[in-house]
Amino acid sequence: MQIYFPIAEISLNIFLVLAMGGGVGFLSGLFGVGGGFLMTPLLIFIGVPPAVAVATEANQIVAASVSGVIAHWRRNNVDIKMGMILVIGGFIGSTAGSFLFKLLREVGQIDLVISLSFVLFLGVVGSLMVVESVRLIMRSRKGGYRKKAHQHYWAHGLPFKMRFHKSKLYISVIPPLLVGFFVGVLAAIMGVGGGFIMIPAMIYLLGMPTSVVVGTSLFQIIFVTANVTFFHSINTQTVDVVLAVLLLAGAVIGAQFGARVSGMLRGEQLRALLGVIVLAVCAKLLTDLVFEPSDLFSIGRVIEE
Amino acid sequence: MSRVAALVLAFGLAATTPQAIAQSLVADMSESSISITSNFTGKDILLFGAVDGPSDVVVVVQGPREELVVRRKAKISGIWMNRRSVTFQGVPAYYAVASNRPLADIAPGTVRAQYRMGGAFLDFAVAADTRHLAGEELLQFREAILRNKRRESLYFEAENSVRFRERLFRTSIVFPASAPEGDYTVRTYLLRDGRVIDEQSTPLQIRKAGIERTIFDLANQRPALYGIIAVLIALVSGWVAAAMFRRT
Repeated sequence: MQIYFPIAEISLNIFLVLAMGGGVGFLSGLFGVGGGFLMTPLLIFIGVPPAVAVATEANQIVAASVSGVIAHWRRNNVDIKMGMILVIGGFIGSTAGSFLFKLLREVGQIDLVISLSFVLFLGVVGSLMVVESVRLIMRSRKGGYRKKAHQHYWAHGLPFKMRFHKSKLYISVIPPLLVGFFVGVLAAIMGVGGGFIMIPAMIYLLGMPTSVVVGTSLFQIIFVTANVTFFHSINTQTVDVVLAVLLLAGAVIGAQFGARVSGMLRGEQLRALLGVIVLAVCAKLLTDLVFEPSDLFSIGRVIEE
Repeated sequence: MSRVAALVLAFGLAATTPQAIAQSLVADMSESSISITSNFTGKDILLFGAVDGPSDVVVVVQGPREELVVRRKAKISGIWMNRRSVTFQGVPAYYAVASNRPLADIAPGTVRAQYRMGGAFLDFAVAADTRHLAGEELLQFREAILRNKRRESLYFEAENSVRFRERLFRTSIVFPASAPEGDYTVRTYLLRDGRVIDEQSTPLQIRKAGIERTIFDLANQRPALYGIIAVLIALVSGWVAAAMFRRT
């Protein structure tokens, strides 16, 4: 059954859209990650204009993050104070990112920037995942154990210090503001929540305890992707609500199955598998950029203001 | 009043086509408007009519005019990216020609050019700010419009698609799902010995309708409100989803 999407202005099979939502939702339930970094490229692959894919996926992530944060909230795993600092950075970053997005769209380079950003981040994150999990698998076979001690980071020397009780930290607000800002820019340009950047940054850069990082990052992502949705609606009219709702419906169901299956598999192998998926998407985007396109010329309607 | 209009029209027709003494062509379409609703996957419209003797029929359909940017990719440090661009004005968003036999056999180039029978005869104006390109290079950009539009099924020439049965003819015009909304014109020409002796022009409208219309209008006319609604829908559905699966 085909359905016409009013903003994307294309007709797609409704079951394909639901299946994509379900598939990516399954993976996000399985691996405990947001699905934006897979969904946005997939939407582009099936013919959704890249700008619409980014803005619509940001809208869907708002919903996915609300669902996700509730469980963490109940378990008291959200550092609201740290979350608010990240949100402030994220608001500034995503607003700036949204205007950059608009500018890039007008000069005809937005598709390239979206693809390049994905190639870069998926390539780096995918490689790290594979390397890290292979190393863990090897180590667990040898029976070794990883030492972990309290460390001091360079970030602890900066001014404007603030106490974060839940994270048991007394650090400068500058690093979390910068992390929030950077993730906000990514959210606006790539249509991702940015958890794959923010979570490592929270652990290794800010030194937050792992128990609160997922809940706190989801908390930040809700506000930042909501801001992205709002500004893309105003600046470029690229948010397709119909598409977002259908993707969400699939994703919600997929995530439940994914979460159940994840209990049956081992963590390191799961991470290696996710790394491979991420690298495959990266490779597909990269080949589209480096191989000579079948037609060097493309056409686009002039965007009027 | 209507008689005056008819007279003016008849006079106008007579002035352009001196041979048209009586009406030699009657044509109509199965529909005069297309609604884009949520199950829209494109539409075929039947065009039919009658002629008063052996003749050729050419149907030319043009969509709303749009301003198009044509971009050419170039390889820069290993990556193919958009470099040069030319903006064209007055490009029909949709263009279709249907005829009963190859256009080249029906009429000479001058006639086909005059009535825009064939994509090659479409003229697009180059926007003032991109007029610096040389003729040869500009031609490549111009041809890229035709090639890209044909690939998207928004431009096509269907020679031999007009079928005759005695003096009755019929053809179908295909509008893909990507046909943009706007005012289209369907011109039916009757030709004999390579000359146009009668013509009829019929408007056709494509409009988004129903929920598609509401969403599109809201997104474009009240973008801030649309953004807030989009966020609220996401917040509520995320909440509902979490609640639904809480007990399982």
